[in-house]
Amino acid sequence: MTVIDSQVLERHGLKPDEYERILQLMGREPNLLELGMFSVMWSEHCSYKSSRVHLKTLPTTGPRVVQGPGENAGAVDIGDGLCAVFKIESHNHPSFIEPYQGAATGVGGIIRDIFTMGARPIALLNALRFGSLDTALARRIFEGVVAGVGGYGNSIGIPTVGGEIVFDEMYAGNPLVNVLCLGISRIDGIVKGAARGAGNPVFYVGARTGRDGIHGATMASAEFDDKSAEKRPAVQVGDPFMEKLLMEACLEVMKTGAVLGIQDMGAAGLSCATSEMGSRGGCGMTIDVMHVPQRETGMTPYEIMLSESQERMLLVVQKGREREVEQVFEKWDLHAVQVGEVIDGSRLKIHERGVLVAEVPNRALTDEAPVYRRPMHEPSWQKDVRQLSLAELGPAPPAQAAFDRLVAAPTIASKRWAYRQYDHSVGTNTIAQPGMSAAVVRVKGTTRGLALSVDGNGRFCYLDPHRGAMLAVAEAARNVACAGGEPIGGTNNLNFGNPERPEIMWQLGEAVRGIGDACRALGIPITGGNVSLYNETEGRAIFPTPVLGVVGLLDDASKTATRTFKRDAAAVVLLGDNLGELGGSEYLAAMHGKVCGPPPALDLKREAALQKLIVALVREGTVESAHDCSEGGLAIALAECTFDSGGIGVTADLALVGDANATLFGESASRIVVSTPEDRVAAVMAAAKSAGVPAAVIGKTGGDRIRLTVNGGAAVNSSVTDAEQAWATAIERKMSGRAPL
Amino acid sequence: MKFSVVVFPGSNSDYDAFYAASRVVGEDAALVWHKDTDLQGADVVILPGGFAHGDYLRTGAIARFSPIMGAVKAFADRGGPVLGICNGFQVLLEAGLLPGAMVRNDRVKFVSQLVPVRVEQTDTPFTAACASKQVLRLPIAHGEGNYYAPPEVLAEIEARRQVVFRYSSPSGEVSDAYNPNGSLNSIAGICNRERNVVGLMPHPERASEAQLGSADGRLVLASAVKWAAEGMLRHA
Repeated sequence: MTVIDSQVLERHGLKPDEYERILQLMGREPNLLELGMFSVMWSEHCSYKSSRVHLKTLPTTGPRVVQGPGENAGAVDIGDGLCAVFKIESHNHPSFIEPYQGAATGVGGIIRDIFTMGARPIALLNALRFGSLDTALARRIFEGVVAGVGGYGNSIGIPTVGGEIVFDEMYAGNPLVNVLCLGISRIDGIVKGAARGAGNPVFYVGARTGRDGIHGATMASAEFDDKSAEKRPAVQVGDPFMEKLLMEACLEVMKTGAVLGIQDMGAAGLSCATSEMGSRGGCGMTIDVMHVPQRETGMTPYEIMLSESQERMLLVVQKGREREVEQVFEKWDLHAVQVGEVIDGSRLKIHERGVLVAEVPNRALTDEAPVYRRPMHEPSWQKDVRQLSLAELGPAPPAQAAFDRLVAAPTIASKRWAYRQYDHSVGTNTIAQPGMSAAVVRVKGTTRGLALSVDGNGRFCYLDPHRGAMLAVAEAARNVACAGGEPIGGTNNLNFGNPERPEIMWQLGEAVRGIGDACRALGIPITGGNVSLYNETEGRAIFPTPVLGVVGLLDDASKTATRTFKRDAAAVVLLGDNLGELGGSEYLAAMHGKVCGPPPALDLKREAALQKLIVALVREGTVESAHDCSEGGLAIALAECTFDSGGIGVTADLALVGDANATLFGESASRIVVSTPEDRVAAVMAAAKSAGVPAAVIGKTGGDRIRLTVNGGAAVNSSVTDAEQAWATAIERKMSGRAPL
Repeated sequence: MKFSVVVFPGSNSDYDAFYAASRVVGEDAALVWHKDTDLQGADVVILPGGFAHGDYLRTGAIARFSPIMGAVKAFADRGGPVLGICNGFQVLLEAGLLPGAMVRNDRVKFVSQLVPVRVEQTDTPFTAACASKQVLRLPIAHGEGNYYAPPEVLAEIEARRQVVFRYSSPSGEVSDAYNPNGSLNSIAGICNRERNVVGLMPHPERASEAQLGSADGRLVLASAVKWAAEGMLRHA
């Protein structure tokens, strides 16, 4: 028997004080299997031990909330007896080590979370971060991640309908892969991940258990160093066909009513599913690993309990109805195998051929995992990086040169190279094509639609994590509102560095405080999410990057808007103030190589008023297009309204704020560019006035050029065709492959 | 009339085809499990898109062994209209109901976008409602849609007017610049000699409502209705 010494603890990622806690909870020394189970369940990835005290401060309730945090996914009421079930999850660490499989299994994992709730998944979005495409490493990771996201989603037949991609060297060694899945369920059809009723059988369904992914959760809870490539065996391999069978079979079997509880085996595999189902249901569970279908011979209970093989589910079935359940799985050529049963009490008992090999109070693995109030302090450099003096940057580049550079900057450029590899039309629900501000899907059987957006700006959060996080919430909600969706729920993915460093913990704490402040002000409950820490390589952390996913409800899916201009001679109106704020902008990064200055100010009351206004204007059809201003500011937003419009140009004059480039490229929040026929301008202005939102007619659509002036002085004059070509092909030119059509 | 849509375990456009036939075109429709042998009184059979059996070997390679395929073949032999969409087209090729084969897209990557597709022949059950040379905007979404046939087979297909759809420009010109996957002769869809079995890579069922970006695909299913109304269904 292995002696548990400091080396064994270190290999399991457990600290000496954590081991003390295990001894207390167990009342004895754990054996190696028990230690392994604690190791994965108490990993940052599974236990949220560093973030939990902060996450508790988020608003999670509201009249529409059907399911808040704590289950496999959150759910909000969308009317007609239906709910939207959604969650975002990261697969950052595996995607660096093995981009294709890391991304693919990330997609597979979040899809399982959704159908586990009894919901049919209908849409996927992703938020991705990579290093500069000028490096071979970033290109390789980008290529692999996009292929992996597509490979899994396309096969299983769930459309990838939107997302965002940002390129910055701060993500060179730690790419981010955050995937959001949305499903639809009847409210009364929601199934939870809790065990119930002693004597009820516990079934294992899906792929066989192999040795892949052992300690995946522990790997995802540590920094990278130069030996990280050696962790490749900890990355799982995905099989979307198996998941498709599992999804159809699970959705079918849940309709029988014979399934009392269901949970997917993701991070921490069987250890997690058995202990969480038991502790949620306030009961115990006993299983024998002998019954677990195995892909390899000679697997030990330790390997079986810690494997993270994909596409596996655990079900608690009503006793006496086993045959019904087995028949459904047989139809799909899957085997449902009874591996154990629910027992009274609160203990998780693992047997091997009848011999007890582990016995743990299941709450010790879950609710009683350590909770850390880790020390936080503001980094010493924080105030310095917030300084910005335009004068010290040297002479300002001509506006035209800045425009030409920005329109083809990979972060701003069209992401079609990526989304053309994603099946976005399967399911026949996709209303807004990818590349619009928000994705819009209809809900079949109703008139309704759902708008979705994922957003996060790591630069803003680096400069001011509280404000940066508020801006992320505001932007995601604003994008959804621009499509006519009333924001009704949110999910967050917190991507940060090593929480054991007080500066990183401060960023995390401030960001969560910002998310909470913005969500309360905008009326958006957070119904779940994911935390990914230790995104560091050789001591260098990523930008603090909270990513927000917001779901918006359209009562009538046909009343929506996109960013593109629809006709010549329409008035172009700016809703919101242009404050000329360049802090943290793409302009500063692209033209001066600087990430500095204060991020844009955000008045949450103004933001809320703006969002209500745009939802009303879109629903009434008063505006024909609506586009949020973000990276690249007003100039880029106006250009984007001409792209994909069939070549409709724009002429606009902007009032000078600061200097010309600040006016054109500043990234002030709470701004939306709309277009409307001349005869409705007065209606737009009146609605804005009564909403308390500043509004100004800044130009007109038409012609085949993008002509922007500042206080009447020439600034940008580009042909739509040339600018659109530069924007549309920027990424494929970097990837140097043959251009798609 | 009744559309029967075959459901292979990895079909993912089965419900889309069912929905388009029943809710958009307004006809009866049924989903038929691949392990069944009865087409449930079909007037038209659709083999839908997806990844029939995971397709880790070759797309559609295993589906031809599904029990339902015997019934589909018998239905086709009687002259019944069969439409294979995307993976369904691949299954028809593997089952020998249509000539040729599919290989990996020439640009290697999966490609998903709306493309113009020119209707070459209007004397099939799935193009009877189209005008000759009409250009339809239809989505494609595939990794293996690069149509291949040996030179003599290709020459015969062309001579017998079996090319039903070709990728084209929005105004209907056919050229390599508008060929999204490297298919020989820009072939997007073909029929058998008897013209009752049609396969195409684009997805008409996904483009049957304006709300989804194009309603052009409705014509493909509506053609079958027109075909039937004109008494052209020979199998009955």
